[in-house]
Amino acid sequence: MKTYKRVPIQFTINGKQVSLEVAADETALQAIRDGLKLKGTKEGCGIGECGACTIVVDGKSMNSCLILAAQLHGREVLTVEGLSADSELHPIQQAFLDHHAVQCGFCTPGLLMSSHALLTENPNPDRKEIVDGISGNLCRCTGYQQIVTSIETAARRISKEKVR
Amino acid sequence: MRTDVEYLRPDTLDKALEFLGRHGKETKVVAGGTDVMVGLRSGTAQALYLLDVSRLSELKGIEETSDELFIGAGATISDILSSDAVARIAPALRKASFRFASKQIRNMATIGGNICRASPAGDTLPALYVQDAQLELVSSSSSRRISLSEFIVGPGETRLGSGEVLRGLRLKKVPGFRVHVFEKVGNRKALAVSIVSLAALFHVTGAGVIERAHLAWGSVAPTVVRSTHVEQFLIGKPLTAGTLELAFPLVQEAISPINDIRASAAYRRSVATGLLFRLLDYYKINA
Repeated sequence: MKTYKRVPIQFTINGKQVSLEVAADETALQAIRDGLKLKGTKEGCGIGECGACTIVVDGKSMNSCLILAAQLHGREVLTVEGLSADSELHPIQQAFLDHHAVQCGFCTPGLLMSSHALLTENPNPDRKEIVDGISGNLCRCTGYQQIVTSIETAARRISKEKVR
Repeated sequence: MRTDVEYLRPDTLDKALEFLGRHGKETKVVAGGTDVMVGLRSGTAQALYLLDVSRLSELKGIEETSDELFIGAGATISDILSSDAVARIAPALRKASFRFASKQIRNMATIGGNICRASPAGDTLPALYVQDAQLELVSSSSSRRISLSEFIVGPGETRLGSGEVLRGLRLKKVPGFRVHVFEKVGNRKALAVSIVSLAALFHVTGAGVIERAHLAWGSVAPTVVRSTHVEQFLIGKPLTAGTLELAFPLVQEAISPINDIRASAAYRRSVATGLLFRLLDYYKINA
C-alpha cells in the first residue's frame, strides 16, 4: 500500500484544472490560501465551528479547515473567487452590498458560499429556511438580519433572471 | 502536526483492513474528518498514518430489508437526512440529524465517525440507543456484531480493535411509533455541543396509554443513558404530564451529569426531566 508524505493531487477549482503537491496533513484551507494563493476563504476558528472557511465541493458546502487537501483530488471546488465572472458581481454578492450585509467582512466569503449552496438546492427559501441554511456561519458584526434579507433578494433576482 | 505523517487512500475496504491489520495502532482512520482534524490540529490525535476511507463504497449506502434498516458507517449525516427509509424507519435519528452541528459539517461527518468517537454528547447516539442499534465490525480476518450499548464503554472509549473498522449499523423495524422524539438543548440552535439531549420512541394506544417506551439521554453521564426502570415504570400508564412527573425521581437515579464549561450538573438534571414534557407535544401532533 503506497503511503505519501507529499500527495500529488489534481482537481478543478472555480472552473480551472489545477495540479498540486500537498503535505499529508495539510488542510484544504491551507492548500487553497497558501498553495493556490486564493485568499478569499478565511480561517476563523480552524475547527469547523464558525463557517468562515466554507467552500463548495461537488455542490455541497463544507468547512475547508476540516478537509484534508488530499481529499480534494478529483473534486470540483468553488470558492468565493469563483462566484463572479470578470467585473460583474454574482446576484448574491450584489444583494449583500445593496442591503449592507457586510461590516468587517470576515464572515462574508463563507456566508456567500453557504448562501450559494442554499439557493442552488432551494431556489425559493422562506425566511426560516434561509436562517437554517446559514446556521453554520457565525457573524459577530451584523446581527444577521441584513444577511437574511440579502439572500431573499438574491433568490428573487436569480429567479427573475432565469425567467428572462 | 507531526512532520512525518503519511497519507493513504486504499481503493477497497479489504486493502484498508489489510493495512490496519499491520499498522492499526499508528493509524487514524479519516472519514468525514470533522473530529480527527480537530484532534490533529490540537495534537491530541497522534498518528503516523492518515487512512482515508471517505470514498470506500463498501462503507456507504442505506438499505432497507423486510425487517431491518442497514446504514453504512460512511453515510454522512446529510445522506441520513435525505433518506426516505430513515424517515420511515428511524424518525428519531432523522430528527437528531437536523440538529447536528451545521450543514457544512453534516455534508462531511459520518454516522460511523459519530459512533466511534463515542462522545457522551454525540448527537446521533441517543436515537441509535433507543432503537437498539447493532454494529458490524470488520477486520482483515474477522467480522463481528455487537450492540451499540456494549460497544461504547466510556467517554471516547469503544471496543473497536486496532485492526477493525466499523462497517455499518442495523436498526430493527418497529412500526407504529406514535411518538418519536429527539430534543437537544445547547448554547445555540446550531453548531452547539449538546448540554442535554433526549431521544424517545413510544407506542401509545388510541386511549393514550403507553404500551412501549424507549428513552435515551445524552450528555448526562459518561455514556448515553437508557433506564429500564424508567421505561418499565411508564408502561401501562397514560401519557400525561402527571405520569411523566412521577418518573422524575427514577430519571435522576439513572443519570450522573457533571459540571463542565457548558453547564452545571444541577442544570442538566433539571433539563433531563423537563425534556420529558416535550413528549406531550409530539403526542398531540401525531394523535
